[in-house]
Amino acid sequence: MVLNVAVVSAERELWTGEAKQVIARTTVGEIGILTGHEPVLGILAPGESRITATDGTVVTARVEDGFLSVQGDTVTIVAGTAELV
Amino acid sequence: MGAQLRVYRQKIRSAQTTKKITRAMELIAASRIQKALQRVSASAPYARAVTRAVSAVATYSNVGHVLTTEPEKIHRAAVVVFTSDRGLAGAFNANVLRASEELTMLLTEQGREVVHYVVGRRGVSYFNFRKRTPERAWIGDTDTPSFATAQEIGEEIVSRFVQSSAEGGVDEIHIVYNRFVSMLTQEPEVVRLLPLEVVEGVDAPGDAEVFPLYEFEPEPEKVLDALLPVYIESRIFNALLQSAASKQAATQKAMKSASDNADKLIRDYTRLANNARQAEITQQISEIVGGADALGSAK
Repeated sequence: MVLNVAVVSAERELWTGEAKQVIARTTVGEIGILTGHEPVLGILAPGESRITATDGTVVTARVEDGFLSVQGDTVTIVAGTAELV
Repeated sequence: MGAQLRVYRQKIRSAQTTKKITRAMELIAASRIQKALQRVSASAPYARAVTRAVSAVATYSNVGHVLTTEPEKIHRAAVVVFTSDRGLAGAFNANVLRASEELTMLLTEQGREVVHYVVGRRGVSYFNFRKRTPERAWIGDTDTPSFATAQEIGEEIVSRFVQSSAEGGVDEIHIVYNRFVSMLTQEPEVVRLLPLEVVEGVDAPGDAEVFPLYEFEPEPEKVLDALLPVYIESRIFNALLQSAASKQAATQKAMKSASDNADKLIRDYTRLANNARQAEITQQISEIVGGADALGSAK
């Protein structure tokens, strides 16, 4: 089981791929997502989201504003302004 | 060389120079359309994700939101017009401005006061020329619009919308922009942006999709609070991008017909010039022949 992760900003899709784990910062605190997580819709606080891809590399995305949605094993990090670090 | 002939030659040269310019502009526009279209499609995943999230929250929270509540009486309406900064794009700006004028008329007839927001230098000069100062204008960012501009516009109109109409706020907001249909067709599109009508499931891809029971972080109301302005921004950004792509397509079309017209002018004037040259030669011959005859008969 893997997570299907997409990081999209208003201008373009920054990253898509399969991942083991996603850690993001919502306005109420950090949230870690593994497969089988319950559906979540959370507002992101400015900060970094870390995605651990299936091959073990860590993708870090700096997010200005936006939200995170988890549904099934699909995670979408949506931000107006974001960049990969 | 006769005077007539010289005039024609001059006109041919002038048409040739014009043609070189319009041809170059046509080629530039053609290459920019592709880039503009790529930006439109690159922003699609974002718009989809935002729309999905909004419909998901709207489905699961029965909270009324200020951005979705229909006001009892609409006193004032705002119209946001998306034009371009530069002209030479055929009917591009005329079309969108006409659509906005029609909308303004309609709203005025319904007894609403109409205020305008304008994007693009052409729209600004249109309004200034008619001594109707727009409420606010954004210029210089229509060729490759940035998301920051969309955010600025979004913030401005949302803040204006949440003001009460007694304090000068507006009760509804419309946007008018050129939608890119194809390379040959761009249609002015009029959309009422606010108050929002969140139609559950209709906007979402894969229509009759059932949303899972989301856990909201923080509460659903807060999430909706944060999401709706984002949704507005993404709609405005889409309008900006569509308008930019349409502008390039309109420019290409206008410049193509300008080049074709120049070709036609060159052809016509070349015919006339040939005619004039031949007439000149004929006249010279008849003068020589006439002169020789006169000399011959004088003997």
